[in-house]
Amino acid sequence: MSTAKATAGADRSAADSSEQYLTFMLAGEEYGVDILRVQEIKGWDKVTRIPHTPDYVLGVINLRGAVVPILDLRRRFGLETIDFGPTTVVIVVRVVSGRSERTVGVVVDAVSEVYNVDASDTKPPPDVCGSVDTMFVKALATIEDKMLILLDIDRLIGNSIIDELLPAGAAA
Amino acid sequence: MSLDVEMAEIAKVFFQESREGLDVMESGLLSLDATADSENINTIFRAAHSIKGGSATFGFTEVAEFTHGVETLLDEMRNGVRPVTSEAIQTLLQACDCLREMVAATEAEQPLDQARIATLNGDIRHILGERPAEKPAVPGHGGADVPAAADPAANGPSGWRIVFEPVVDLLRLRNEPTRMFAELQRSGALSAQADISRLPLLDALEPESCYLSWTIDIAGQIPRAKLDEVFDWVDSHCRLEFTPTGAAAPAVPVAATAAAISAAPAETKAVAAADPERAPTAGAPLQKAGTESGSIRVATEKVDDIINLVGELLITQSMLSGFADGIDPNDLDRLRQGLSQLARNTRELQESVMQIRMLPISFAFNRFPRIVHDLSRKLGKKVELKLTGEGTELDKTVLEKISDPLVHLVRNALDHGLETPDRRLAAGKHETGTIELAAFHEGGNIIIEVRDDGAGLNKARILQKARERALIPADQELTDEQIDNLIFMPGFSTAEQISDVSGRGVGMDVVRRNINDLGGHVQISSRAGLGSTIRIRLPLTLAILDGQLVRVGKEVYIISLLAIVETIQVTKERVNTLAGRAEVFRLRDEYLPVVKLCDQFGVEPDSRSAEDGLLVVVESDGKRAGVLVDDLLAQQQVVIKSLESNFKSVSGIAGATILGDGTVALIIDVPDLIRSIAGRGGEVTAHAA
Repeated sequence: MSTAKATAGADRSAADSSEQYLTFMLAGEEYGVDILRVQEIKGWDKVTRIPHTPDYVLGVINLRGAVVPILDLRRRFGLETIDFGPTTVVIVVRVVSGRSERTVGVVVDAVSEVYNVDASDTKPPPDVCGSVDTMFVKALATIEDKMLILLDIDRLIGNSIIDELLPAGAAA
Repeated sequence: MSLDVEMAEIAKVFFQESREGLDVMESGLLSLDATADSENINTIFRAAHSIKGGSATFGFTEVAEFTHGVETLLDEMRNGVRPVTSEAIQTLLQACDCLREMVAATEAEQPLDQARIATLNGDIRHILGERPAEKPAVPGHGGADVPAAADPAANGPSGWRIVFEPVVDLLRLRNEPTRMFAELQRSGALSAQADISRLPLLDALEPESCYLSWTIDIAGQIPRAKLDEVFDWVDSHCRLEFTPTGAAAPAVPVAATAAAISAAPAETKAVAAADPERAPTAGAPLQKAGTESGSIRVATEKVDDIINLVGELLITQSMLSGFADGIDPNDLDRLRQGLSQLARNTRELQESVMQIRMLPISFAFNRFPRIVHDLSRKLGKKVELKLTGEGTELDKTVLEKISDPLVHLVRNALDHGLETPDRRLAAGKHETGTIELAAFHEGGNIIIEVRDDGAGLNKARILQKARERALIPADQELTDEQIDNLIFMPGFSTAEQISDVSGRGVGMDVVRRNINDLGGHVQISSRAGLGSTIRIRLPLTLAILDGQLVRVGKEVYIISLLAIVETIQVTKERVNTLAGRAEVFRLRDEYLPVVKLCDQFGVEPDSRSAEDGLLVVVESDGKRAGVLVDDLLAQQQVVIKSLESNFKSVSGIAGATILGDGTVALIIDVPDLIRSIAGRGGEVTAHAA
């Protein structure tokens, strides 16, 4: 894949093997997504609920004329839900599944940082990786003595959407 | 490098144009059946000629060679040397099919079906083989046959001297002499001398004019046809002289100037003004390109983008109108005035943009003459096909999706509906049957009818078959109309013999499903001995919809106005329960299943009891149901947005739209809702509980 462009003040990224990740917080853990996939970050706003969908699909919003689904990552990972607060944000990402590209918003506790992650700093995920199914984890990275969980957004969201629907009623 | 990309782009246009040309040829050939008028043959010939020229230019030699044979045959027909026989037309039609495949294969860079090409080439040669001996073997382009005697190609001259004097406008007509020279150079060693005598002084020189002419010497045993090919595109814009050089060549120079120049030099200007591909042929009247509809080719995505933008404009406008209710009353009138103007403008803009997507239904109808022609031959039936309302416009997507179901219906009408000529005569009818395809507007819908004057449906047999297959209960009484419409049931086919035309039991139900998916409706009526009529009702477009906003609890949904029959206040005594669970509502003399949207979609309603709500009676596919909602809100036109583009399809939901306040509302899929209650019977409420 393409590498992140070196930005001013980010001289560490000069190496070809480094990629930029946007990180966010979720129940105390820090996750990262490829910044090239992030379209925008917006505040939490009311959604229109869709019937017959799993509970982590909160609904759809109007994003400048496009109807975009919003997923709750806490629910997706089976974490305890919290009330949405002032730091709660929706990260709008582009997801590739098969030949089609979708725009999907994910609700997270808060956005954190943008890091340059060098390939040499990453490790493959161990079998057990917090509350997240390892198939959604691309790698673990260590930055400034913190652990980042780098997510494979295509798998995570592609899977969430294509997943067989839970019976209606479970959504309520 | 960039040239390749450019060429690929141009080649794409060529493929497109070839297909259009083939369509022209096909429809021309089909009408040739009846009358062999020379204008028609000319049209077909020109189409073939353009394809030949184009394919040669792009180096698709196999296509060019094949078309060449076709063109030769057409040329002879045009010159009245060859009679127009039905056999020849049949061969030419097959050649059209073959060419279409060749073009498709070339575009996809797939190997060509050589066996088929060879067979058809053989057929064409066979017809040409019966030719009168005195006609020349090589057909000239542009209609001017080169006398065979003067063509020394057979003896193989060792070279040619070509005098090439283009008109001043050559470059402006988008011809490039250097490319032609490069092409010539591929055939043999080339030396050219430019004549600069026409070159004006520098201050009078126009950079886009061509003042040069050339004398070209080219060495090598090159067939004359090869040279013609190079100059094919420009032959009406220049003076050309070909003189064979070398020992084997006869000393007589061949003055094969372009027909337009030698015959009528004054015409050159007119020719240049017209489309260069359609240069008139000698003897043929100068034909203006009257058949072109003055259309432009626009990528569908671009149009979709505009439609989205306009949809947003509408949203902004309705947002503004909502906002206007709460400001200073003194300015209000002016603001309202401005807003109503904005509303009018946006609506007009939307309508005209929607028009871009609308295409005349003739795009779908045009394939039927050929289908009917082929099929009637195969079945030994005599058919006249009547098309009416071809100009009726329909959304491109609807048009594309309705095409196949229509083909199926027409095939069925021909195969099952119409009788054989002797049976028709025996029944006291004319031996030629009629199939009529008609399209027209009715209300906000498009109606397409497929009518035949055949035997009509055999009601007794349909009923018997339906009972045999347990499609209906054995004791159920049905009206004539209900019996006719049984043929749309899945797994129904009464054809006594399975033919390759129809009768496999798939089909009519698929036809109905496709039409329903388009938001349409299909229905058949027939009278024994007089024929059947299939009536398809389609929405004008899939992009916008007249919607009724309904409220359930705190949520707003949209129901298409087309699906709504009526809305009624519910009274307690008219609601009954079946098996203790499913509720039905008595409306006059029928019982409607009640769909509680709150249960169906898992919403918390104002009240769970039916009598506090309103019942929206909806219909799809002849089946009705009552949808229970808390309240009716406004009616408005909504722009349909797909849920699938960023999410996936959801059962019971046809799509989404954006309301005036910027929020998303879901559109209820009425056919799906009704299908689901029909399929699951009383389970609906149980399932949602």
